[in-house]
Amino acid sequence: MMVAVAREQGIPPFERFYQAHRDEVLAYLRRLLGQRAEDAWQETFLRALRAYDRLEHGRHLRAWVFTIATRVAMDELRAKPRLPLDAEPAVELRRDAFREIEHLTDDLPPTERAAVVLRYAYDLPYGDIAEALGSSEEAARAAASSGVRRLRRSQ
Amino acid sequence: MTVDDQLDDRFRAAAIREGLVDVRYDMIDSPVGELAIAATNRGLCRISYGVDGFDDELAHVFGVRVIRAPLDEVRRELAEYFAGARREFDLPLDLRVASFQEGVLAALGRVPYGITTTYGALAREAGHPTAARAVGTVMNRNPIPIVLPCHRVVGANGSLTGYAGGLDRKRFLLQLEGATLAL
Repeated sequence: MMVAVAREQGIPPFERFYQAHRDEVLAYLRRLLGQRAEDAWQETFLRALRAYDRLEHGRHLRAWVFTIATRVAMDELRAKPRLPLDAEPAVELRRDAFREIEHLTDDLPPTERAAVVLRYAYDLPYGDIAEALGSSEEAARAAASSGVRRLRRSQ
Repeated sequence: MTVDDQLDDRFRAAAIREGLVDVRYDMIDSPVGELAIAATNRGLCRISYGVDGFDDELAHVFGVRVIRAPLDEVRRELAEYFAGARREFDLPLDLRVASFQEGVLAALGRVPYGITTTYGALAREAGHPTAARAVGTVMNRNPIPIVLPCHRVVGANGSLTGYAGGLDRKRFLLQLEGATLAL
């Protein structure tokens, strides 16, 4: 019965989901964690597998796995969510502009780093980034914005 | 950036070790072409000549946590069978079929190596003497061909009749086992 529901709502067999996202999730975690990415990558897909048979539909699986990866990375970095809530106007970057300063993201605080990378390297909407960071959409936008400002200062 | 084989293998092994997988599958080469094979924790659950849509069917029947991983025991026993070195399989099976099918497949599993039987005889053996046609349907939908030897079931006149994997494969398997064929 549950399986019939799963099929109807388009949850692919786990293997197909895994093959579709394993490489980009590893690349993302490398950006956040460097050499420590591999253990976090395995933990991400084990967590995904633990939850996979309880999914109610197969939509937004990419955003979902990035959410898990972000949480694993945050645990790894032992970062408490320190979201900047300053009142400065939001800063946005074009993707090609991001590429020029991407190498500097290593020095950002973890939350800003995740927000900036998810926004500009993976093109996730702020709603999904907020989900990944466990914050509001406003706070996610503020974190990315603050990260971009910090990157520009360190350029 | 791609996930290398070592990392990939490590993840698959961890997933299985932690009991997070509903069903695993693998592809193997054989003298009758590529075979898709699958097993749950209970045992071998599928052998298929067709590879397309195999993972979807597994997800539908056994659960969405489907992972590709080596099935060494199944691979080994099939290799021995195709080499003529194995006449019976020792693999545990996970059938999950209705009781009529289960009874018929159990009777099928008792048909000896290299011997043919008929749909009618198998129906009698399964305790449903008038159900030869229904037995034919069960053979056609046999989830574990080769190991459950539906290739040993032929028409009353000795003709090969049908086989889900095609008559060439049926003929090959019977010749491998040294069965005497009418045609």
